Formats: sequence, structure tokens, C-alpha cells
Amino acid sequence: MSPLDHKLLRDLWRIKGQATAIGAVIAMGVMMLVMMTGLTASLTETRNAYYERYRLADVFAPVSRAPEHLGDRLAEIPGVSAVQTRVQGRALIDLPGEVLPVHAQAVSLPEHRRPALNDVYLTDGRLPAPGRPDEIVLLQSFAAAHDLHPGDHLRATMNGARRSFDIVGLAQSPEFLYTTAPGELVPDDARFGVIWMGRRGLAAAYDMDGAFNEALLGLARGASDDAVIAAADRLLKPYGGLGAYPLADQTSNRFASEEIAGLEASSTSVPPIFLAVAAFLLYIVVSRIVQAERGQIGLMKAFGYSNGEVGLHYFKLILAIASGGALAGCLFGIGAGRAMIGLYSDYFKFPFLVFQLDPAAFVIGVVVSILAASGGGLMVLRRVFALTPAEAMRPPAPPDFSRTGQVGRALGRILDQPSRMVLRRITRQFGRMAGATIGIAAGMALSVSMITIMAGFNRTIDLTFSVTDRSDVTVTFTHPVSDKTLLELARLPGVERVEPLRHVGAVLRNGLITYRGGLIGLPEMAELYRALDRDQAPIEPPDHGVVLSRALADVLNIAPGDTLRVEVREGRQPVLDLPVSGVAETLLGAPAYMNMAALNRALGEPGRVSGAYLAIDENSETAIYAALKDLPTVVGVSLKSQARDALLAQMNTGAGSIRYVMGSIAFVITFGIVYNAARIALAERARDLASLRVIGFSKGEAAFVLLGELAVVTVMALPLGAVMGYYLSFGIAQGFSNDLYQIPAVFDPASYGQAMIVVLLAAVVSGGLVKRDLDRADLIEALKTRE
Amino acid sequence: MHRTATDSGPMRTGASDTTRLAFATHGLTKVYGEGRAAVHALRGVDLEIPQGEIVVLLGPSGSGKSTLLNIIGGLDRATDGTAYFRDQNLSEMSDAALTRYRREHVGFVFQFYNLMPSLTAHENVELVTEIAADPMDPDEALRLVGLDKRSDHFPAQLSGGEQQRVAIARAIAKQPEVLFCDEPTGALDSETGRAVLQVLHDVNARLGSTVLMVTHNASTAAMADRVIHFSDGSIREVVRNTVKLPPSEIAW
Repeated sequence: MSPLDHKLLRDLWRIKGQATAIGAVIAMGVMMLVMMTGLTASLTETRNAYYERYRLADVFAPVSRAPEHLGDRLAEIPGVSAVQTRVQGRALIDLPGEVLPVHAQAVSLPEHRRPALNDVYLTDGRLPAPGRPDEIVLLQSFAAAHDLHPGDHLRATMNGARRSFDIVGLAQSPEFLYTTAPGELVPDDARFGVIWMGRRGLAAAYDMDGAFNEALLGLARGASDDAVIAAADRLLKPYGGLGAYPLADQTSNRFASEEIAGLEASSTSVPPIFLAVAAFLLYIVVSRIVQAERGQIGLMKAFGYSNGEVGLHYFKLILAIASGGALAGCLFGIGAGRAMIGLYSDYFKFPFLVFQLDPAAFVIGVVVSILAASGGGLMVLRRVFALTPAEAMRPPAPPDFSRTGQVGRALGRILDQPSRMVLRRITRQFGRMAGATIGIAAGMALSVSMITIMAGFNRTIDLTFSVTDRSDVTVTFTHPVSDKTLLELARLPGVERVEPLRHVGAVLRNGLITYRGGLIGLPEMAELYRALDRDQAPIEPPDHGVVLSRALADVLNIAPGDTLRVEVREGRQPVLDLPVSGVAETLLGAPAYMNMAALNRALGEPGRVSGAYLAIDENSETAIYAALKDLPTVVGVSLKSQARDALLAQMNTGAGSIRYVMGSIAFVITFGIVYNAARIALAERARDLASLRVIGFSKGEAAFVLLGELAVVTVMALPLGAVMGYYLSFGIAQGFSNDLYQIPAVFDPASYGQAMIVVLLAAVVSGGLVKRDLDRADLIEALKTRE
Repeated sequence: MHRTATDSGPMRTGASDTTRLAFATHGLTKVYGEGRAAVHALRGVDLEIPQGEIVVLLGPSGSGKSTLLNIIGGLDRATDGTAYFRDQNLSEMSDAALTRYRREHVGFVFQFYNLMPSLTAHENVELVTEIAADPMDPDEALRLVGLDKRSDHFPAQLSGGEQQRVAIARAIAKQPEVLFCDEPTGALDSETGRAVLQVLHDVNARLGSTVLMVTHNASTAAMADRVIHFSDGSIREVVRNTVKLPPSEIAW
């Protein structure tokens, strides 16, 4: 090994503390990148593999009642490679011990073969035997939520008839990754079940003998969704076709895709920010390390080492630190990614896992780190190389503090000598101080934005469940009923207020952009559920017009004054052209609001309601639930507290949960930056500080000069970091928002306070560590060391 | 002092025409800084140094002797004038050519040793032998300075005199044609100082290297072939010794 390589290894060992701190910051940035890209790549691959293996349909075509032979006609549509007709219907599951009835969807399975499309994955037991209408397979997540197993019995109401079933198996399905009860926005395993049973039995229950009410279509590679959907709609229209829709609009897939897209958005927007901050730090620190080697660089040049050889030597040093950090980051990233994907795959209910890494993430992580570090080294080396070896070997001339003379004299009456040293260094070595300040500010910005995001999640919950929705219970009816039913609800003892709502499924169009959602009709002067503007003032949907949620307006790229086309998918299926009259700040879902009376007029169904919001007296809760369970028209009852918990669970286990990991990484990086700043200051001032000790300053007084500088830099970094964090939080909030919920980047003073505490804490701990080293320093050695 | 001949002026070192010159400078000038703050370190120095001699440069602090050493050693550039190493004009050399010059021909010994703190004595020597064309074995160089037993020690584990001997071993290990020593005994006691001078003397005798030594210590002049007195950036006097004293007999 060449002596320069020996020097390299020993130098690395000498600066191991600092090298580790830099390496850790780089590792955090790279880890984030590798983890997030690996996570999204794996989830996407797994989802795709799951869909493919269990033959999830590409197009779903619901219809009122179509004769079975129409299946062959559907199969003849160009581009269609597979057709599976089936019967499906709503059911209510009666669980002993549950005060509320639980919704379910019943889905038929072919009697003697596996389904051509939308197959199920049996996790337990077996499929129903042919000709056994009393045997069912239950959705595994629902069964788990209610502790149901094969061998148990289940009572359910189908099409008005109460029946008893034997559970013979449990299954997962790519079609039901997420299940959402009618009238609810947040998926909840316990609140919605799926029952699979033999086709003949189910057809009998829903009067579908020789007919089907849903066709599933598989498309050939390269076939066009739109053409097939149009052809299917034409075929099914005479039989009450409700509008075929592509997989992209299927509820479960949309949630799953949105969650993965949310992760992907966070993975493309957030890690680069972290990596950039880490790279900036690396740049600064490496430039300082090389600066400190000035004398040795001069010496090597004096011996006849060329600039290239010296440069290579330091490049190796940089390479060792940067690639060490980047490699550690890759390893952590793979480890963390594997751990996270385990959690996510449970969350998404994938029966298997395709683990995939994105090699580009490694390359980007390593290259960015090395470039940033080399940049820092190169900048200094160029300056040192410009000096003759004789100059480089001399200690640099003392920095010129003369221009601060006036300031110093003026302040001399106020400040003592050490304070003046701090002040002069800060004013005269402005570049260095600015570098340290910006570095710490960048760390603070990361912390600010991550804490803001955390607060944003809370705000979404608060705004949704305390301000927008002030009801306690939401009741959903089996079908639109007369508003007289409301009086029935109002009469229940303990019900304090009842407000109706009308909900219809609809396809919303603005030009070529379409969104499959619905319209919510709200009564005038609503109290319990309101559309709110930016200032949380209620917006009254006008007689003619529609109020869109911000998320929906963004998706449709539409603004107040524009006209929205609404294709209602219920009843006589009217097509409405409505002016957008306002935008509501809704953070949950992407609803569109109308005046309820106006909506009913448009539908030609005056006085109809599809649900109601209730405010109730807490003490009568149980009695009210029992009464609601007995009302034949009530199909669903959802409690706000349950919905709130479900959303919270969703945010804490789904894509949103990554915020905790990112938050932790932000804190580690912030700490790393502050600690590095302190170490650099110590390295640069060790000699001065030893001189102070020698001439009689106490340890505390010498430390004051060093820590005072760190304190001033930290304090200057706080407002800068706050401003940077403010802007950063918008980008990160965007990354965390998805179709299901939006995360606002609100200015939340508490977040800034907390981020400041993080930075100050990091400064205090770093200061303490550095002071410990300073106290231990050997005065004589420090003074002997040149440079 | 054993002075036998004094040249008439500062212009000539009195080298005979048949002797090959190691160095020749003409009007060598070095100014640090600009304007009113300018410091004239060298004010037009003309000098000839024959090959194979031991030359001692004497003079007070700031008289320009280290500056001269740095310029003809290829560590620094003159503001004006020319400096020749044999037939190569150092003033016109590119940085890369100067690097090559230092690498191939020159050895340095500095007042503050300038050892790499993170390398052992042996490795410090190796640092130079690695890039030299015809180096001696690092162990051999350390043996010459009497440190073969301590070659695994780091600079921090060596005394000042030992560190300086490592620095000399490092300088001579490449078997340089010219050895520049800036205050090589400045930080040493008399006994160690003499031992160091002895090593320089031996190198000159054994390898025929030209040795240029800057010193404050006037008594060192006794071992030189030639003594150049500096003051205020100019050569005040050049003295040739006809009789040289061995370092062991030098009064300190």
C-alpha cells in the first residue's frame, strides 16, 4: 500500500467522528431515496402481479338484468379477450353483539369451475360445493375483524329474505383490497363484508335465474378501454345498463392506486429534498476538511506530487466518506424498505409479495453524494493549487479583522473581549458563517415541513369531523325514500336534529377529463354537514349550480364560472350541465355539492332523500342504534367516531404512515448538520482556543468563544429555516395528499416552535459534545500543531 | 571562521568557469503584497552556485534567504529576474514542469520538519521514494540518519531532533542533486544539531549533492564551501572557505 493510502486511512480514522456524522447524513438521504423507490416499485409490481394472477377484469359493466346469452355477444366485442358474467347484490349481515347492521356485497362464483375473471385467493377452507346454496366464502379481512372462521354460521338478509349460511372458506380478492360501506368515505374492514357463493343459489336469491347483473370483461393487450366500454354500453342499454367503467374507476383499485401514487409522489418529491440538504452539507464539510489540510497539500506539492496526484488523494478521502455513507444508506434503505413493505403488504392485503429494488436509486444516491462531496473538495483544492507550495505551507495570513475596528471599538464599551471575538469572526468570515447558517437552516426547514405535515394530518381530521361534519351519526337508506322518513327518525328519543342528504352516483366531465364520483344534495341552511370555504364560512349551493371540493376542482381542472357536465347514473339517468358556483375546502374525499331540492328536481324525484345526518344525545346512543337497526329502510348507520378512527387508522397505516419515518430522518439530518457545524468550528479554532487557555482564560471562557459562535449561527438559522420550511412544506404536503384525503400545508405556529426546539436541542447536545472535546484538548499539543 | 578568500562584490560567487553551475540567478526580485503594503523580500539578486558544494546562507530574519531558497527550490515564483537550474530557466517553467523539477532533482528539509503526522517515519520517507526516479531504500535512508530502529514510530512519538532526521532521511532518500535546508537545526539543541549537520555533510560527500542551507547560526558557516551573507533582500558578501570544519568541531 502506498504511503498516501496509509495517510488516507489514518486521516479517516483521525476524523472518524466527523466522517461518521457526514456519512450518517448522506446515509439518511440515500436511505430515504432507496427505501421509497423500492417501496413504490415493489407495491406496484406486487399489485400488478396480483391482478394478473387472479385475472382482475379490465372493464366492469353493471346492468339491471341481462339474459345470460348476452355474455357471448359481449365476448364478440373487438378487443375483449375474456368475459365473466355474474350476479351480485347488497346484503346485510346480522352479527350477534353488533348494535348496527353490517353491509355486505354478495358475489356469485361459477358452479363447476374457477371464474374466468376476478378469481379469489383462498386463505382458509374451500370453495362452496356445487349445488350447495347455503355454503359461502367470506372476505378474509372482514372475517378477521369479527373473528369468524370456517365452520361458523352467518345470518344475512338478501333481497329482503333472512337466511343462514355456513362459512366454508375465507378468501382474499384483488377486487376487494379496500372495502367501503355505502355512504362512507373511508375504507373499513369491519364495516363491509364480501360473501361469495354459488351462482345458482345467489341467482335464486336475487331473481336472476338465467340472467346476470354484472359483466366482467378482460381486454386483449393494446385494446382500447373506451371503445370496449362504448360497445358494452350499447349492448347492455336495453337491459338497464348502468354504464360500464374501467378498472381505473373501480373503487378498490382506485384507493389502492391512490395510496401507491401517494407513496410515489412522496418518494419523488421528498427524498430528493433530503438528499439535496445532505449533499449541501457534504459540500460544506468537505471543503472545510480540505481547507484544514492546506499545509500538507503544500508539502506534497513541494516533494513533487502533481496537482492530479494530490487531487486524487483527497478524492479518495471524499469517495471513502461519501460512498461509505451512500452504501450504508442503500443497506438501511433496503432494510427499511423490506420492513415497510411488509407492513404495507399487510395493509394492502396482498397475498404475496414481489420485492423489487430500483437500481437507479442506488446510482442516483451514490453519484449525487460523490458529486456534492467532490464539488466541495474541488473548490478548495483549486484555491490551494493556485498557491505556490511555499505559500501553501505557510499558515494562512491572519484573517483581516481591521475593517471591523470601528464596530469593535464602539462595542468595546458594551462587550467583553470574548464576545468581540465571536462578533468579529461572524462579521468578517461571513462566507463561512453563512454556509453554516444555511446548512442549519436547511435542517430546520426539513423539520419544520415534516412537523407541519404532521399537523396537517391532524387538521384534516379536525376540519372533517369537527367543522365540516358536525353530526354524530349518518344514516343511509336502502333506496331514495320519501322525506317523511325523516320525521320517523326525528321522533326517536334522543335524536336532537335530523338533516337529510341526497346522494347520487354520477360521472363528472369537464371536456375530456372525467371523474367517477357522485353528487351530494344538501338542504338549505344546513347545520350538521356543510360545504365550507377557505375561511370556514358555509357555502350555500345555489338553486342552479354545483359547489366542488378543492380536490375535485383540481382533478377536473375547472374553476367557478365554468360549466360541469354531470351524467347521473341512477334513476332516469339525466345529463345535467351545471355552472360551478364555488369551491369548498374539503380535505376528505372529493365531493360535489348541490342544493338538494334542485338535485331532486333535476332527477324528477321531488322529496326524496337517500340518507340523513343525525345529532343525538350521547346517553340514548344504544337505544337509537337498536331502533335504527330495526328500521327496514335503513341500510347503513355510520358513527362519526368510527369513521374518524377509521380515517386515523388509514392515515397511520397507509401511505400517510411514511410521515413518521420521514420525520425521524429529518430530525437525524437536522442533528447531523448542527453537529457537523459545531465540529468544524472546533477544528478551525482549536489553536486559538488553546492560546486563550494558555494566556489564562478558563475552560468556560474559551468554550464561550466557540459556543457563542455556534449559538449565533443557530439563532440566525432559525428565521431562515422557518421561511425555507414554509415553502418546503407546500411541496411535501402535495406529496402526501391523495384522492382519499388532502393534507394542507397550513401555517401552524406550533410546528415552527417544535422545529426550533429540535434545532436548539441539537445545538445544545452538539455544543456539549464539542465542549467535552475542547476541555480534553491537550494545550501544548494544540499549540504545537501548525495549521 | 576560516575565511581565505573574499570576492570583491556581491555580484559574483567566484565559481571558476570549468566548474559546472547548479544554480545561476540574475536580477532575482520578489515582492510580497502591493502598493504601500509591498514588502521587497529580494531586491535583484545575482548569484552562481557550483554543483556539489555546501553553501550556507546567513542573515537576519527577513533578509530574503528563505525566499531565495523557495524560488530556486521551485516552491515559489520570482516577481522578476531569472533563475537557472543548470540550463533550465525556472522562471519560465509551468507549474507542471516545476513539479517535475522538484520531483526529480530536489530534496527539502524544513525548519519545522513538516512530517505528515499520520504517517510513520518509514512511511514519511516512502512518500518521497515512491515518486522518485532512482531512490535509495527508505530503510537505508533512515539508517544514514541513525533512525533505522525507530522507523515504525509516528512523528508524535519522536523528539524534535529525531523528527528533523526523518525529514533529512526523507530529503536524501531520493538521492537528490540538490538539497535545500531551511534552518535545519533551528529547533534543535547543539548536540542534535551537530548530528543533523553531520548527516548533511555525509550526504554531500557520499552523493555529491549540492547542499544549500539557510541558517541563523553563523558558526554553521564553518562547514560550508561557500557562505553567502544576506541583508535586506540583497547579497552583502560571499565568502569561500578553503578549509572546512567537520560538523563535530563546530562551536554552537
